[in-house]
Amino acid sequence: MSNLKKTELENVVVRFSGDSGDGMQLTGTLFSNLSAILGNEISTFPDFPSEIRAPQGTLGGVSGFQVHLGASKIYTPGDDADVLVAMNPAALKVNANGIKRGGVLIIDEDSFQKSDLDKAGFKTENPFEEIGISDTIQLIPAPLTTLTQSSLEGYNLDNKSVLRSKNMFALGLICWLFNRPIDQAIHFLQNKFSKKPSILEANIKVLTDGYNYGNNLHLSVSTYTIEKSHELPKGRYTSINGNKAASWGLIAAAEKAGLELFLGSYPITPASDIMHELAVHKSLGVKVVQAEDEIAGITIALGASFAGALAATSTSGPGLALKSEAIGLAVMAELPIVVIDVMRGGPSTGLPTKTEQTDLLQALYGRNGESPAVVMAASTPADCFHYAYMASKIALEHMTPVILLTDAFIGNGTSLWKLPKLAQLPDIKPNFVQPDMVDVKVTTRNEITKARYWSIPGMEGFGHRNGGLEKDYITGAISSDPLNHEKMVATRQEKIDYISHIIPELQVEGDPDAEMLVISWGSTHGHLMTAVSSLNKQGHKVALAHFSYINPLPKNTAEVIKRYKKVVVCELNSGQFATYLRSKVPGEYLQYNKVQGQPFTVAELEEDFKELLK
Amino acid sequence: METTTLQYTAKDFKSDQYVRWCPGCGDYAVLNTLQKAMAEIGVAPHQMAVISGIGCSSRLPYYTSGYGFHTIHGRGAAVATGVKVANPKLAVWQITGDGDCLAIGGNHFIHSVRRNVDINVLLFNNQIYGLTKGQYSPTTKKGYVTKSSPYGTVERPFRPAELTFGSRGTFFGRILDVDLKSSQMTMIAAARHQGTSVVECLVNCVIFNDGAHSWLSEKETRYDRVVILEHGKPMIFGKNSDKGLVLDGFNLKVVTLGENGITEADILVHDAHCDDATLQLKLAMMEGPEFPVALGVIRDVAAESYDEAVENQIAEVQAKSKIKSFDDLVNSCEQWDM
Repeated sequence: MSNLKKTELENVVVRFSGDSGDGMQLTGTLFSNLSAILGNEISTFPDFPSEIRAPQGTLGGVSGFQVHLGASKIYTPGDDADVLVAMNPAALKVNANGIKRGGVLIIDEDSFQKSDLDKAGFKTENPFEEIGISDTIQLIPAPLTTLTQSSLEGYNLDNKSVLRSKNMFALGLICWLFNRPIDQAIHFLQNKFSKKPSILEANIKVLTDGYNYGNNLHLSVSTYTIEKSHELPKGRYTSINGNKAASWGLIAAAEKAGLELFLGSYPITPASDIMHELAVHKSLGVKVVQAEDEIAGITIALGASFAGALAATSTSGPGLALKSEAIGLAVMAELPIVVIDVMRGGPSTGLPTKTEQTDLLQALYGRNGESPAVVMAASTPADCFHYAYMASKIALEHMTPVILLTDAFIGNGTSLWKLPKLAQLPDIKPNFVQPDMVDVKVTTRNEITKARYWSIPGMEGFGHRNGGLEKDYITGAISSDPLNHEKMVATRQEKIDYISHIIPELQVEGDPDAEMLVISWGSTHGHLMTAVSSLNKQGHKVALAHFSYINPLPKNTAEVIKRYKKVVVCELNSGQFATYLRSKVPGEYLQYNKVQGQPFTVAELEEDFKELLK
Repeated sequence: METTTLQYTAKDFKSDQYVRWCPGCGDYAVLNTLQKAMAEIGVAPHQMAVISGIGCSSRLPYYTSGYGFHTIHGRGAAVATGVKVANPKLAVWQITGDGDCLAIGGNHFIHSVRRNVDINVLLFNNQIYGLTKGQYSPTTKKGYVTKSSPYGTVERPFRPAELTFGSRGTFFGRILDVDLKSSQMTMIAAARHQGTSVVECLVNCVIFNDGAHSWLSEKETRYDRVVILEHGKPMIFGKNSDKGLVLDGFNLKVVTLGENGITEADILVHDAHCDDATLQLKLAMMEGPEFPVALGVIRDVAAESYDEAVENQIAEVQAKSKIKSFDDLVNSCEQWDM
């Protein structure tokens, strides 16, 4: 029997939360993908602990996956959840402050026994009252464990496999709640479990039963519909996470440049998925070396660059620290290399699975000597593709290391991506020596861009000795001449500065007559954009300037910033970009900072900006 | 090597750079021998990449023609790995020293040997840090007084051979700077070996560790103190070729031909191609005064190289996959019209 009430929503936030073994990431991914296929905009945010399997039912083991679905443009995975699925009391407790008033809470009743409540540190037998949400939410208690068990009765599965399927029951229930047909979910499962027919069959059975359970009960909640989005440009889409998008950006760039793609890397959270993804694509000739350590990751890649490949290395904060000296060598040897830093909470080991923007100053300045490198940052999961592509283009055309900053938030999170064709992407022309050039030395360079000409082993007539010692500007021979050194330092800087001419100018979004300019960089664009447009709708005069190119800065940076009386720099650190801007465009900058291992929320930004606008 | 046409001379492998090692440094001899060996190997200079880390010996790439890369301290093995895997057609030489290779670069050394990347490693072992002016290295003899060990080192030194064998190395050779003939022969064998060839070069540092290898290098006594191993040949040595090595239980023993009825037939014949490294390791570990120090090719066994394995795997996947381009890749993913 279907429900009578149906509520139409513009957008909705669903959060799946459970033990790290409960399959919440898969459930969330399936739900967001099937919503995207139904025409919604999506943005997702997986938030999981660094422990692989913390003790069951404890706060430390809670793994969450948030999906934001919309009929209109959405930029973030959302702040608080309209619907929270809590597979146990620990999941409820962790998300106590993350559910909207009037939101729906679905729990697995079977996992809310006394011992479960104890494990999550609840003191009473009414956890909803204890965290103060009993009057503000609509509770759907469902015995997911026993329902799953009875669903799979007669299936020849061990108890562990049965229990592992209860996430599918929850997914079925959610599909019912949102009026989503489950066919697409079944199609996804068929792809995922094509080699495990018994698991596939069980998952489909439980999913279907979960859907029917909702449908057959007179649940006193309304179901939701979300219309298709009409704001997206028409085309073919997929949903993609930032690590995969960055990997594909490198693949596209290598093919466009006519080079082999080579990744040297070492496992590190949350960047390893880049290595995993590239290791799959041997059919495209991608070479991946899993190195013995972070230093080898980049130096093996640098060897490949010396030999003429599009070389890249992927890492996170602690790994970037270890790679510093080798990035310096790439600066000195003027070899192209793309360093992707998927930032996480620091310092030291810090918060390995959480997100932060705290590697900015390390990327800009974390090397000995005067060693400028290009630094850029992606802003959404999908545009990690574009920026990895552009990082490769800049590295190859300007003969420099490029550090691309992404982070755990966009690396693991997903957004919609309009599928590109290689032919539509900008040309990449590595700065190779031309066969008719004569007397080319290792330091012979294009006098306009200052990029040195690249010759690689195997090319006859262009043999040379490269290295980390200072070279003579003209002959390329090692030199410790004082004036020559100063000239070389300046030349390497000019080469980087020149790049400001080929990158896009800084754009201002929002109210054109704004009094206050909000500045952001990297993965925070979505939250800032949402906050600024919301404030504009409320009549506040505020605009946003978002930076994707950080070194060098877009050439109109100072001109833009100087137009505003009030400028506030927002970032997930204690003020690194603000510090950098003060040195490049002196002036007064306000700051909004957060260093909690979590993205901004739109609500906190709006609140702060309103204060500042007073 | 009658099959090789001598297209090149040592001069083709010299760069225009002035060699700037200290007068009397053992590195000169190794460089000259290397250039002669390169001529005989017959690979064109522009098809060679000479990669080094930091240290006196690591300046060597500046002095050879073709392509050279003087990288950072300890990382030569990793850079050389990248060069070779990216372009397996290149002949890649890695030049390193006992500090560069076995201290700061120890991790890269053992892993490149383990992977069996097809690179030729010349490990210059003078048992001292020269370029930083005289600190003890991981191969400095225990008790030796240096600038950083004024009362003698208390550290147990590495034996490069043992590390190579422990890393499952497929090639280990040893040369002595002043013994040109066996050096050249060993370098050529190293170049022809598929996989990581480690050649320990015993070189003299005239400034900070003069005479470290003098017990071996003295011309008068040299051939009583070293044995030059060649695959398939008996392990005979001595100025008068009258000494040999035999097995005595599990141990090696030096015998004199003609004494106690010993004839050439009793002497061990060197098998560098034997997979079981037990005897090769024993030979590599021999030390004076009881034993001669082994020079030449001590181990040289066939195994798939890493770079070859990478290429083979790519070819295998490519033969099966329908994804041949970025556009194919994009078409292969789950997608929908919006």
